Amino acid sequence: MSQIKKRIVIDAVSKIFQTPQGNVPAITDINLKIPNGEFFSIVGPSGCGKTTLLRILAGLETASSGTISINSRDDTRPLSSVVFQEQSIFPWMNVIDNVAYGLKMRGISKKQRYETATYYIRMIGLEKFMKAYPCQLSGGMKQRVSVARAFANDSEILLMDEPFGALDEQNRIILQQELLEIWDRTKKTTVFITHSIDEALCVSDRIMIMTAHPGTIKAIIDIDLPRPRDIAKIRTTLRYNELFQLIWQSLREEVLKGKEQDIRGIQHFS
Amino acid sequence: MKIQMNNLTILRIMSILSPLTLLLLWELLARMNAIDIRLFSSPYFIMKAFLPLLLSGELLYHTAISVQRILLGFAVGAIPGIVIGIAMGLSPWVRSSLEPMINATYPIPKLALMPLILLIFGLGETSKIFTIAIGVFYLVVINTLTGVLNIDKIYLDVAKSFGANRRNFYLTVALPGALPMIFAGLKLGMGMALILIVAAELSAAQAGIGWMIWRAYDMFDIERMFVALIMLSVLGYIFSLILDWLERLALPWKQ
Repeated sequence: MSQIKKRIVIDAVSKIFQTPQGNVPAITDINLKIPNGEFFSIVGPSGCGKTTLLRILAGLETASSGTISINSRDDTRPLSSVVFQEQSIFPWMNVIDNVAYGLKMRGISKKQRYETATYYIRMIGLEKFMKAYPCQLSGGMKQRVSVARAFANDSEILLMDEPFGALDEQNRIILQQELLEIWDRTKKTTVFITHSIDEALCVSDRIMIMTAHPGTIKAIIDIDLPRPRDIAKIRTTLRYNELFQLIWQSLREEVLKGKEQDIRGIQHFS
Repeated sequence: MKIQMNNLTILRIMSILSPLTLLLLWELLARMNAIDIRLFSSPYFIMKAFLPLLLSGELLYHTAISVQRILLGFAVGAIPGIVIGIAMGLSPWVRSSLEPMINATYPIPKLALMPLILLIFGLGETSKIFTIAIGVFYLVVINTLTGVLNIDKIYLDVAKSFGANRRNFYLTVALPGALPMIFAGLKLGMGMALILIVAAELSAAQAGIGWMIWRAYDMFDIERMFVALIMLSVLGYIFSLILDWLERLALPWKQ
């Protein structure tokens, strides 16, 4: 196992967007350490900059100030893989090529990457659709492929930006449970963004609540629910409901603040 | 007895019947001297001229020469069109340095460039191929650029987050993502190539379908001219069948 305790260290990170209307701060002074193997979720009112923080971690945006570091065990592995909220698997590639995409980018041989991809495709139950194109898949299946693509890449950390946000509730619950099962096998350090407290509670070790725009850390709450978790059962426990109340009290103030800002017409970013 | 026919069958019969009716009408008008057969000929005379041209191999000879020019010109125009179009789509630098030039020269009718092309490349094959190439190039480059620019930004994010290098951006995102639009450009380009081949074979050619038409004009051989025109239409149809087939082959994900 790894000697590194802190997989992700975020140190005084801020992001300011330059717009024609002037500089708009998206996130301010985020300080955070995420240990190896933790499932870490971020909830916050819309527009609080949680996606911005994730994009900085993914290397898709640069921080205006502060530093992030993702500690790596060896140099050959990629630092992060992202599961995006929207439909993001390539329509022009079949399922297996989509899942193997990250491995292909790293120059791994076709045989080897297909082997790895097949393993994860089995895990998400799409082995009958290996050669299918995304246009033949349902929304839930597409998002499964996206999750498999991120896991197959075997990066140091996983970043998920409301991966199930666009799905209907039944599909969402099934995919949450599947995610828990795959995650239990790999124990990958994961940063998970969601607007659903329910979802965050089901999957996380810790939940961070962000303030309204500009976003910063309001509270971080340990989720001491036992693993492995069964989503249907865990929701009925007392502890789950206590934690839900705790998070909702804290989040509620920020959501109301965010709403006021909207009414006052302050520009914000999601 | 009542004959049951569904709408589809009726529509099919209509689309076969209407051109046949037109041909019949044409023949009738010609026989009744209602139209001047020196100018409009008749289906019967055209068929009579067509058979010897086909059997002697003359028609195929001219067709082959034109097809060769079209294919070469098409390739010389389309390949750089695709490469430059993708480069323009991916790089704002390439785009801002090339787009003004392309936009400024695009509206020039390609036929107006022919005298210049003849002066530069002489009377040989090169000038004909280049005339076609330049017409095809503009349509392909503009469509390719549009195709790349219309690729959903999320796919660029995916490629970036999975560490795609410049070459992989080209091969796994920009090219396949723009391919539907590239094919639209190729199809327009093929239409343009057929227009330009006739013009290109007007001057300084000794063979080709276009040459056949102009030669028939000089000789006032209307039947021969119609045969060449029909050949052009057949060529256009075959080319579009081939492009459709290639498109299905290259875009299995478009259903």
